[in-house]
Amino acid sequence: MVATVDTTQLNWMTTRVDAALGWARKFSIFQYPFVTACCGMEYMATATSHYDMDRFGAGFPRFSPRQADVLFVVGTISHKIAPVLRRVYDQMADPKWVVAFGVCTCTGGFYDNYATVMGIDTIIPVDVYIPGCPPRPENVLDGLMKLQDKIAQGTRAPQAPDPAQRPDELHTPHRPEAHL
Amino acid sequence: MTSDLTTMLHARFPAQIIAAHNYRSQQTVLIKREGLLEITRALKDDPSMAFDFLMDLSCVDYLKFGKSQASAPTLTTPSPLPYYMEPKTDAETWTRGVSHDEYRFELVYHFYSSSLNHRLRVKVPLTSADLTVDSLTGLWHSADWFEREVWDMFGVRFAGHPNLKRILMYEEFKGHPLRKDYPVRKRQPLIGPAN
Repeated sequence: MVATVDTTQLNWMTTRVDAALGWARKFSIFQYPFVTACCGMEYMATATSHYDMDRFGAGFPRFSPRQADVLFVVGTISHKIAPVLRRVYDQMADPKWVVAFGVCTCTGGFYDNYATVMGIDTIIPVDVYIPGCPPRPENVLDGLMKLQDKIAQGTRAPQAPDPAQRPDELHTPHRPEAHL
Repeated sequence: MTSDLTTMLHARFPAQIIAAHNYRSQQTVLIKREGLLEITRALKDDPSMAFDFLMDLSCVDYLKFGKSQASAPTLTTPSPLPYYMEPKTDAETWTRGVSHDEYRFELVYHFYSSSLNHRLRVKVPLTSADLTVDSLTGLWHSADWFEREVWDMFGVRFAGHPNLKRILMYEEFKGHPLRKDYPVRKRQPLIGPAN
């Protein structure tokens, strides 16, 4: 004799801790927008009420990397600003995710010159790539939902190596004037 | 209108002016490098010219100008050449006034007078052996960043500039990327691979 339970009458549920954490995290995305170029306009369009990123729990940009979960890299990254981007990434607390917003961050886009980084994944690990020049807000939201899936599953891009273990050529030179 | 700016300058600085032309009321003078400060000071101080605004300062590298289309992509399809690759007739060939081989670089200054509402273009050919020219920062403050940009991109030194360092590229960058002999694929990343 097997006891049957009417699950519709239950007012409790079982889960795993990491699944519960992932569910909670995917709806509380504190993003750090690293906006450098024209994609920023599309990012703003997505963030405002018409498309309403807050539906996905991502409506609260933090402008301190230490309070952020997701790094939105929005716009062309030049070799000059690359050390700044990596420093911002290194300052973020774990767990953290990175979204490459627009083709310039994905691959360098139509830039192929002395100044532009050909894809930010040569500098930091990237979780979600959103192509487009710039991507439509629908495209951004699609990428955001894919990121939510990734957060819920607890998967992440391969970790950036321990800074002390990086090869010499990847070390960030100490250049306090780099942002000038 | 002062349509006789070029003739006036010609009469006043006969030894310094290499050439001058007036094309569709765009007045241009080609001057010797040594006369730059003297002429531009006159441009600014002379009330009949009163050029109070240095609008633009840039540089041109004539290394490959008119020589070949080697840098242009080769077309394998039989489609017609784009207009900029078609060989030009002599009438359309623009003459520079000095030889490209001797004077590889040319500085281009654009001046504007807000009180008299007229403009003047001043060009200064430079030899690649001695890429130094007097700075105009003492006369127009806007020359400061323009000259830093020209130094950064073309490697022209401006004597007397108070802070002649790179403005666009980083200090570790080697070379001057807008020179025609800078390798188009050369990368100098600060971090990450040379992609």
